[in-house]
Amino acid sequence: MNMKTTTPIMRTRAFVTVFMKEVRENLRDRRTITSAFLTGPLLGPIIMVMLLNITLNRQLDKAEKPLPVPVSGAEYAPNLINALKAEGIVPKPAIANPELAVRKQDADVVLRISPDYATAWRKGEAVQVELIYDSSQRDANASVDRLSSVVETYARQQGAMRLVSRGLSPSTAWPVVAAKRDQATAQARAALVFSILPYFFVLTVFMGGMYLAIDLTAGERERQSLEPLFANPVPRWKILAGKLGAICTFSAASLLISLVAFGVVGRFVPTEKLGMELNLGLGFSGQVLLLMLPLIVLLAALQSMVAAFAKSYREAQMYVSLLMFVPILPSILLSTMPIKAQGWMYAVPLLGQHLGIMQLLRGDGVTPEQLGLCLIGSLAASVLGVLVTARLYRSERLAISG
Amino acid sequence: MIEVRDLHKAFGTVKAVDGVSFKARDGEITGLLGPNGAGKTTTLRMLYTLMTPDRGQVLVDGIDAAQDALAVRRELGVLPDARGLYKRLTARENIDYFARLHGLPEDLLDSRREALVKALDMADIADRRTEGFSQGQRVKTAIARALIHDPRNVILDEPTNGLDVMATRGLRQFMQHLKSEGRCVLFSSHIMQEVGALCDRIVVIANGRVVADETPAALREQTGEANLEDAFVKIIGSEEGLAA
Repeated sequence: MNMKTTTPIMRTRAFVTVFMKEVRENLRDRRTITSAFLTGPLLGPIIMVMLLNITLNRQLDKAEKPLPVPVSGAEYAPNLINALKAEGIVPKPAIANPELAVRKQDADVVLRISPDYATAWRKGEAVQVELIYDSSQRDANASVDRLSSVVETYARQQGAMRLVSRGLSPSTAWPVVAAKRDQATAQARAALVFSILPYFFVLTVFMGGMYLAIDLTAGERERQSLEPLFANPVPRWKILAGKLGAICTFSAASLLISLVAFGVVGRFVPTEKLGMELNLGLGFSGQVLLLMLPLIVLLAALQSMVAAFAKSYREAQMYVSLLMFVPILPSILLSTMPIKAQGWMYAVPLLGQHLGIMQLLRGDGVTPEQLGLCLIGSLAASVLGVLVTARLYRSERLAISG
Repeated sequence: MIEVRDLHKAFGTVKAVDGVSFKARDGEITGLLGPNGAGKTTTLRMLYTLMTPDRGQVLVDGIDAAQDALAVRRELGVLPDARGLYKRLTARENIDYFARLHGLPEDLLDSRREALVKALDMADIADRRTEGFSQGQRVKTAIARALIHDPRNVILDEPTNGLDVMATRGLRQFMQHLKSEGRCVLFSSHIMQEVGALCDRIVVIANGRVVADETPAALREQTGEANLEDAFVKIIGSEEGLAA
């Protein structure tokens, strides 16, 4: 019974043994497989396609289709009505209660022309037409904008003609004209729509490892297999390392599937119709993977830590679900308050990844310093996370069920 | 050989183990007998180094658990109170997992595993996933994985808990078999007949202390009771937590 000679073999094998067993066991669990390889990674691309399609269709629809607008008092302003028709706006018969109709979404917008329109027009006085709409109906906003711009253009043309007929240049009335020069590149416009993307990647990594993390600590304790496991001549940190390795493998696989799915989806989304450019190709995937690597380890450690605190599987599930909200924070923060990215922000885990992926989406690329800061910051955090979890694993209570 | 010297362990203000000392010798079956909550499981947990004693010493084949916990675990085969299996793995895979954690070479692993499958009469369930195993099948699998590395010392925490008559008989025979191989077998129980029939030596624990450490015959003689159960009641001084 000379075990001393076999010690070197054991050193290398304990990690691999735990790792292989956890991977094999979890590959046999349908729920884990579904969450890690199906719903987790594909949720993002599917939601993205749906969102984009809705936005695209809506914008294209509103721009090209004839816009029916109920008009009351159309008979007082035949020229205005003709101008509207020329721009694809179809005047409809007046309706009884325009205010109510708009609120009930029976009409996007209603145009009201007052009976004294004709008299005032002839006298050369300013006349008023009313656009009745409900700005809380976001769906109607495109219609309102379109109608109001047609009316304003008409007014400007008529005004110019009146000035000319009085022998004045139209520029007397409009001494300053604002010309808009949009500097957003096509890619940058796409990035605005895709600002939710970094969160999807984090979420995918999270969901890929979630069930494993719960199963490998809280689950194992609840099923009373942690105590016999710890009776083996293997230091607990090696067991933890094997388990973390398995969690990381699953979440990395999840991320990979998600990146491939986004790559495929990116080819079919008609972003050019929105005047956007989107590159989700290999270069993008590779850099995202690199940015996310330390985060994979960090999330695995955090999930295991939280699951180790819980007394039961259910409790662990609850804690880990709450933890899922943490990665949303940078996304919300950046979308609600448009902060200018500072260098140090790249070193903050999650925030750094978010900024980096946004840079990639905008087509600006990530500088080596930004990449370095992001990797070092997240790596430091994940080392800390692993150390704390390892410490937790040393506790006597961890193994004891019930 | 397992030796325990003056073990203490408290959880908060509760003194679970309060000065336990005994020896379990090779080629003998030693029974740790005591009512529920007497400190048996806590004592055993300190033996297989899951818990650290507040005070006292654990020696397994002369190795101090405080000095080299891993070496102690290598010398022990343990069936803990918690005996959960991995339900998505087969019985054989469950056994192999522990064998590899012990660093057993693959060829030795095969022969050891098959010998245990035969000795525990579990060939019919060996390739089934353990989900849905009966208590008896579960205990067999748990014992096989605990003994896969051929340990000289075997610790079994209430091994017959939840087993039916046939499974219990089978397990007792297996323990006799381990003893005949010259191993040191230490098991805990709160069941009189079991301890009386099996043990060469009985260590009675009550309220975290050893109240008797004798052969079954000496125990009967000492208390003047012919029946071991009556002797036991007399020793611990109450009928609390007893089960026949």
